[in-house]
Amino acid sequence: MSHTPTASPTSSECPECAGSITVTRTVIRGEVLRCGDCSAELEVTATTPLRLELAPQVQEDWGE
Amino acid sequence: MRIGLLTSRIRVEEKLLIDRLAGRGIDHDVIDVRQAVFDIHDPGPWRRYDAFLERCISQTEALTAVRCLEAFSLPCVNASTVIETCGDKLATSLRLAAAGVPTPRTLVATDPESALAAIERMGYPAVLKPTVGSWGRLLARVNDRDAAEAIVEHKSTLGSVQHSVFYVQEYVNKPDRDLRVFMVGGEAIAGIVRSSVHWITNTARGGRAAVLEITPRIRDLCRAASDAVGGGILAIDLLESPDRGLLVSEVNHTMEFRNSIEPTGVDIPGRMIDYVAAVAERPAGAGRPVPVVVTRGEATAFDRLSATGAA
Repeated sequence: MSHTPTASPTSSECPECAGSITVTRTVIRGEVLRCGDCSAELEVTATTPLRLELAPQVQEDWGE
Repeated sequence: MRIGLLTSRIRVEEKLLIDRLAGRGIDHDVIDVRQAVFDIHDPGPWRRYDAFLERCISQTEALTAVRCLEAFSLPCVNASTVIETCGDKLATSLRLAAAGVPTPRTLVATDPESALAAIERMGYPAVLKPTVGSWGRLLARVNDRDAAEAIVEHKSTLGSVQHSVFYVQEYVNKPDRDLRVFMVGGEAIAGIVRSSVHWITNTARGGRAAVLEITPRIRDLCRAASDAVGGGILAIDLLESPDRGLLVSEVNHTMEFRNSIEPTGVDIPGRMIDYVAAVAERPAGAGRPVPVVVTRGEATAFDRLSATGAA
């Protein structure tokens, strides 16, 4: 249940456009990144190794 | 002490909270509620935590987790009753009204024809809001009958069942700004003024933040609002009505604060963590924030302030 930050830099592939994504800072699971090629929002679902999935769209009950 | 940070999406706010937990040397786990399984017959795995700070971006996920954990007698900030109230604008308005806290005039209907009648009764312009949601999403300023008919029809046709609740509020002709006060355990720790030329002034919608001086009137009003919804860690939004003074428009239970630390100079995430740590250290059975139920007609401190016109 705990989080494991990435060792940086690390890289992965955008699941939307297959573009290469290099992360140069520490990220943790649950963070959202943006693909520099296609602008898709990607959620970090694992950090070692880095795995990215399309982030969920805003839902009706999201908020603060 | 061990704190569980309940999350789904990790925003800047959650990273700041993790940083403050680590900085204080507090053992903690970041728990992605989407990955968790709650066995309602076996609280054992969760008993290793002394308290939880709920920071889910989804109200449904938050409520599910907190209800389970509270059933295990584990303290959560905020409590499920607070989430239920603040996550529903109607529930919030009802609590505020019952506690005598000044809030925009509100009418509610569940049928399109009744909704139109409510809007007509409110007068133009009126504001239509979904009862669930945040960041100023799907707010509509209704300027005339034509707009009212169109919006009600769209909500009836395109909206989910939630949009069949028509929550109609008076349009408060405020200056190009609103006020937000951050409350921690009933204390107003910081405030900002959010300015925008758009009538929706959320910083999530581009509003700019500057520091707000917490006057005694603001402090007492926000304390009354916090008590009305059950307390905890809250962000209270205030509107400045030209004829009624300060009105509480919304109370947020999973507040965002990334744009408010620098202008206020207050370590908001640090204060939040200190509060959760204090909750965790309370004796068993005394750890859960208890909602304050104010019955209709009961005088509050703010009633007395209003009566005397204190500023």
